[in-house]
Amino acid sequence: MNLHEYQAKRVFASYGMPVPNNQVVESTSAVSDALEKLAGDRWVVKAQVHAGGRGKAGGVKLLDTTDAVTQAVGDMLGSNLVTYQTNAQGQPINQVLIEEISNISRELYLGAVIDRSSQRVVIMASTEGGMEIEKVAAETPEKILKTAINPLTGLQPYQSRELAFGLGLEGDQIKQFVRLLDGFARMFVEKDLSLVEINPLVVTAEGQLICLDGKINVDDNALYRQKEILAMRDESQEDERENRAKEWDLNYISLDGDIGCMVNGAGLAMATMDLIKLCGGEPANFLDVGGGATKERVSEAFKIILSDSNVKGVLVNIFGGIVRCDLIAEGIIGAVEEVHVNVPVVVRLEGNNADRGSQLLSDSDVNIIAASGLTDAAEKIVAAVQAKQ
Amino acid sequence: MSVLINKDTRVICQGFTGKQGTFHSEQAIAYGTNMVGGVTPGKGGQSHLDLPVFDTVQQAVAETGANASVIYVPAPFCKDSILEAIDAGIELVVCITEGIPTLDMLQAKIVADSAAARIIGPNCPGVITPGECKIGIMPGEIHLPGKVGVVSRSGTLTYEAVKQTSDPGFGQSTCIGIGGDPIPGTSFIDCLQLFEDDPQTEAILMVGEIGGSAEEEAAEFIQSEVSKPVTAFIAGGTAPKGKRMGHAGAIIAGGKGTAAEKFAALEKVGVHTVRSPAELGKGVAEATGW
Repeated sequence: MNLHEYQAKRVFASYGMPVPNNQVVESTSAVSDALEKLAGDRWVVKAQVHAGGRGKAGGVKLLDTTDAVTQAVGDMLGSNLVTYQTNAQGQPINQVLIEEISNISRELYLGAVIDRSSQRVVIMASTEGGMEIEKVAAETPEKILKTAINPLTGLQPYQSRELAFGLGLEGDQIKQFVRLLDGFARMFVEKDLSLVEINPLVVTAEGQLICLDGKINVDDNALYRQKEILAMRDESQEDERENRAKEWDLNYISLDGDIGCMVNGAGLAMATMDLIKLCGGEPANFLDVGGGATKERVSEAFKIILSDSNVKGVLVNIFGGIVRCDLIAEGIIGAVEEVHVNVPVVVRLEGNNADRGSQLLSDSDVNIIAASGLTDAAEKIVAAVQAKQ
Repeated sequence: MSVLINKDTRVICQGFTGKQGTFHSEQAIAYGTNMVGGVTPGKGGQSHLDLPVFDTVQQAVAETGANASVIYVPAPFCKDSILEAIDAGIELVVCITEGIPTLDMLQAKIVADSAAARIIGPNCPGVITPGECKIGIMPGEIHLPGKVGVVSRSGTLTYEAVKQTSDPGFGQSTCIGIGGDPIPGTSFIDCLQLFEDDPQTEAILMVGEIGGSAEEEAAEFIQSEVSKPVTAFIAGGTAPKGKRMGHAGAIIAGGKGTAAEKFAALEKVGVHTVRSPAELGKGVAEATGW
């Protein structure tokens, strides 16, 4: 799960990490009150969406009158922000963050991830703040300093000092950094995060460290024990179909192609998409229907796949391990009848009772094309979709 | 020979009397697995599927001499169950459950390493040595005792690999589903080493997927340490960036962990790769000349 910048900054602040004074507004009428609570006569106005690249897309503005801020907030709220990280529709803006200006002297980068190779939470810091860290990693990897959190002791001050000296911090900045990192490391573990980025972490002209931006991803598997974080979830930033699928324990990701897929198992679902592409088609989605492919869930899966108007055919690929393929076949037949599927459906059943399942499909009145193997299935659906065009 | 498990492995089930534990234990017993009991706290002293139920793993080990455990308890309780099994001296802990918090697994893995215990999974189909011992949720009947070592991050895609190596009669020495989570208890490298050392295993079939760098690390290991022919497939060539594809570990983050990079790393060290999931068996045949 992702948090908005303003939410991430609230979590930062709760761990004693310095963030700019700020106000969040959800209407233009709240702007003048908000500005009264902030110091200075220039402010940063930031659209709150779950996507990077906001600055270049016009989602971040530097303004110096109440009218200008009100105007900008009005323009942003209710509109969609399209950045290089979003799809063509963009992400809806429902909140705008207004912040006091920081007098920036240096821009640093601070981040943390769970590193799979070392199996530790690894903290990364760099003098190259404000840039994309992936780019820094690719071009000048020596500019990324790293240290791992020992799960037994937690992050120790010497590790933070090492990073601070490596970043060229001096005097009181080192103390500030050590304090900031203590909160940062505890936050990562206590809140079950999977990624945090502060880009940039700035040093002001007055020598203060401030988290100027904030990005937090939370481990979905841990949300059951992170009630405060879960309460921050913003479904408006998520794909509606993906959320509907989740309610049925279906794993659905929409893609750009025209061949819908329904598969049991995540790995096989990805492999099925790959095979469609290999046969000259384009998958419209990833959908893992899971182990219990009942009629109800298969029906719901069909509804979700077909709610994408690009879909011109559906490939069902089920490897019945423990579940019996004849039961799955009945589920598919029932679902195709109930949902009134009017695009070609190719079904490949393998495993437990597969022959009986295929027989049921070919004996049924519904328009289902039975396939005899994985490649056969992919070729048949690609051919069926191309024949329609 | 085989790796990890055989007909002498003495298996208990944690979460034994639950729905999943019951169903899959029945299947395991029917397959011939040497199930010796199960654990459900509070139900010690009862009998379930004609096997003794214990309150703790400690008791189960003391009474039955169990040396492997399979875990079907819900995700929030898995760390506890894994650590209990390790503390009781279980050498092989197979965790089927999906949805364990990554930081829980990080801790469990550290404890396992320090105790020289092995965790398989979580979020995996389990391990099977065909004809001898089945620990997990895989359909037993598609397997055939034989000479291919199968290691995979997936579930049903592993079944494809198995079927495609059973149909031409190659069979499998052991199949290990290492699971789709970011921190698996056992890595590709661990399994490659086991298969390299196992005389029954003549070829290795590796099924990876997008996310992380486990396949790249495996490629480096294969170059220096593996003499047997390796065939590989990576799922997720068409997956978009930044989206978690079902498995918690299957995500292309920051442009890293793509299928293309993994295929390239494997091909560079002479691994025979196939681009179609329908050609896993054919790939093994090509790599071995069978």
